[in-house]
Amino acid sequence: MSTATVQTKWWSGGKSPFNVEYGKLMMWYFLMSDAFTFGAFLISYGSIRFSQNYWPNPNHVFDSAPGIHGGAPLLFVSIMTFILIMSSVTMVLAVHEGHHGNRIGVIKYLFWTIIGGLAFLGCQAWEWHHLITGEHAVLVNGKVELWGQNMRHNPWGAIVEGVNYNGHHVTTPGPVAFGGYFFGITGFHGFHVFSGVIINIIMLIMAWNGTFDRKGHYLMIEKAGLYWHFVDLVWVFVFLCFYLI
Amino acid sequence: MSDMHVHPEVVTSHEVHSDEHHVHHHKETFITKYIFSQDHKTIGKQFLITGIVWAIVGGFFSVLFRLQLGYPNETFPILETLFGKWGAGGHITPEFYYALVTMHGTILVFFVLTAGLSGTFANLLIPLQIGARDMASPFLNMLSYWFFFLASCVMVSSFFISTGPAAGGWTVYPPLSALGQASQGSKLGMDLWIVSMALFVVSSLLGGLNYISTILNMRTKGMSMTRLPLTIWALFFTAVLGVLSFPVLFSGLILLLFDRNLGTSFYLSDIVVAGQVLPNEGGSAILFQHLFWFLGHPEVYIILLPAMGMVSEVLSINSRKPIFGYMAMLGSLFAIAILAFLVWAHHMFVTGLNPFLGSVFVLLTLLIAVPSAIKVFNWLTTLWRGNIRFTPAMLFAIGFVSLFISGGLTGIFLGNSTIDIHLHDTVFVVAHFHIVMGVASMFGMFAGVYHWFPKMFGRFLNNTLGYVHFWITLAGAYLIFWPMHYEGLAGVPRRYMDKSSWVSFNQFTELNKFVTVVAMIVFAAQLLFVFNFFYSIFKGRKVRSQNPWGANTLEWTTPVRPGHGNWEGEIPEVHRWPYDYGKDGRDFIPQTEAVGANESKH
Repeated sequence: MSTATVQTKWWSGGKSPFNVEYGKLMMWYFLMSDAFTFGAFLISYGSIRFSQNYWPNPNHVFDSAPGIHGGAPLLFVSIMTFILIMSSVTMVLAVHEGHHGNRIGVIKYLFWTIIGGLAFLGCQAWEWHHLITGEHAVLVNGKVELWGQNMRHNPWGAIVEGVNYNGHHVTTPGPVAFGGYFFGITGFHGFHVFSGVIINIIMLIMAWNGTFDRKGHYLMIEKAGLYWHFVDLVWVFVFLCFYLI
Repeated sequence: MSDMHVHPEVVTSHEVHSDEHHVHHHKETFITKYIFSQDHKTIGKQFLITGIVWAIVGGFFSVLFRLQLGYPNETFPILETLFGKWGAGGHITPEFYYALVTMHGTILVFFVLTAGLSGTFANLLIPLQIGARDMASPFLNMLSYWFFFLASCVMVSSFFISTGPAAGGWTVYPPLSALGQASQGSKLGMDLWIVSMALFVVSSLLGGLNYISTILNMRTKGMSMTRLPLTIWALFFTAVLGVLSFPVLFSGLILLLFDRNLGTSFYLSDIVVAGQVLPNEGGSAILFQHLFWFLGHPEVYIILLPAMGMVSEVLSINSRKPIFGYMAMLGSLFAIAILAFLVWAHHMFVTGLNPFLGSVFVLLTLLIAVPSAIKVFNWLTTLWRGNIRFTPAMLFAIGFVSLFISGGLTGIFLGNSTIDIHLHDTVFVVAHFHIVMGVASMFGMFAGVYHWFPKMFGRFLNNTLGYVHFWITLAGAYLIFWPMHYEGLAGVPRRYMDKSSWVSFNQFTELNKFVTVVAMIVFAAQLLFVFNFFYSIFKGRKVRSQNPWGANTLEWTTPVRPGHGNWEGEIPEVHRWPYDYGKDGRDFIPQTEAVGANESKH
């Protein structure tokens, strides 16, 4: 262990004041910018949601998983979230292997990160499909219609007392904004995950070809890692706003 | 064992660049040198020339709708010749009028005064004034221009579709902009507007990230942050504003695009259009205004700050005096950048905003007067008893200060929510923002072009044409917009193409004709500048000395026509701030000169 005795003037020019190369700086600023994009979406969602008299209970909306029809509130999304967080762990390990210049380690953990990202996207595809194609009895103009959840209408309104349809309870139409924001924001996040997977695949190919060994460093992996962690962090907020609250 | 990973290339990034760029001059073809160039200077020129083309288009549109406003009852057959059904019978049709106004705003705000202004001068000046071979990422910098170009192409294409371009105003408020059945201009033209703006946001993001990381990371040895010229500080804050505010516009536009094409109800609720009841419910049109103005207000500072920075520089150089209050200038820029994010709702005082919330925004809005006044004071004290050289650049810089004061004062009127009840949506507002933001920033831009043209092209612009250009533009700006203050106070509304049905406004008929005539003269004077610009690129007087203005900053230590890489040999080291003019009996002391033992402190 050494103690630094010479005061370095970080801001006096001729060097990076943060001791990082420009690419990482740009990535940080990009992430700040992207945080504002998601922030704008989530604040819009909040402002509309809290201006409504009624909002669906997420425990009712998200209560299914493949093979389980109802009765498992937030089970599936918990699995999705776990997968995404685990992919962040493998990304950390890939970056760590990169610091040690261990090409095989980088390739291994990048591979698992990509698998995690793809698994998350697969889960999201299932969930969207389940919501869109679901059939829920909704009382519209005195008649029962079978609705799924889409951008134009929402079947998760208040339960109509005393009315049954094939043994299921019947609801009024719910707030249409629900679908727009849910598909809009999770879709925009899913697009980010998709971009992250593409970036990671490119990183994997470059690592495979030994590009980083020739460069002498694995900084690109660190930048891809920053992006991947950011996407995970955004998911935590999306999860909070759509599933928990 | 330290756990900090220090990478050798981090520290020596400049040297890596220098090897790349100037030791071996790689062969360049026409395409890599002038079209897909990665040289920041060429990219800056590309932004400038594209901006000039857009300014001619946008300015011409304003002449057309001024023609309508000045002569609402006369026919001009040439309009039908030129524009077909849009000018049927020699009259500008209502759809065409709104399309013209919308495009004038969009073009001037985004394409000319954002891309054309900060795109040009951030690219040209950042590497040259901080002492770097190029931008942090020349490749992304090139992409930034080409995304702008793509955005331009999409916007231009919307002029040539049968329903015409977007026509809901440059602020594209829903529900008008969200419903195709609401107007011609809300059909395909609106989708193209959104796509074009999305591309523009990408361009602005790529540029902004580059500017920020270049300024922070690539400064030459000795160039501490407080030795940066004020231009660089202004461009830095401009980039920060852009990086943090454009994404919010982007989000807002994505939601608008969904409302238009996917049947969502983000902004729509309880609407009857053309006798048809729409099923949309639960959305809020006010939400869009919040998202839009969260960009829209910082946007006016994105436009204004680069002009402020360049004016500071030009004023100091041509007064042969240090800029007065460098740190106060810097603090004011910072304060303006922060406040820019906290005042957006003053654009919404009369849209149903809670009056208490309005009063908070009044307070924050009026606070901007403080840093603005500090800057004005410092510009005037920089001029005070200076040894002034009235170059065209200097005249435009002084003109900027004049316009900023005039337009800033009317901002105090509008910033009060109670006075705004009377003044909102009148031509008073038009006069205010055109003077303080539009024309003032154009003046800043002209000051920059006249001042740095020698650096860009190795030739001077013609001075005589410059003086003619300046005086016509300055007098014209006041003659066009001063009368609008009176009209606005009298209640004349904006956005009406024919006000002749109001008997009380008939008193302004002759005044409106006068304004239209002046607008045409001013437009002609701008064409004079365009002629001067392109003529001087090829035939202007050649620059013979390295430092024609006797300036301190680093760009004047490069060769007259610097190649890619800017400096031959080592990048100079910086020893002092850039404003040592008229010090210790010397006219100027460049930043590269070491501080002498007996030198007085500033």
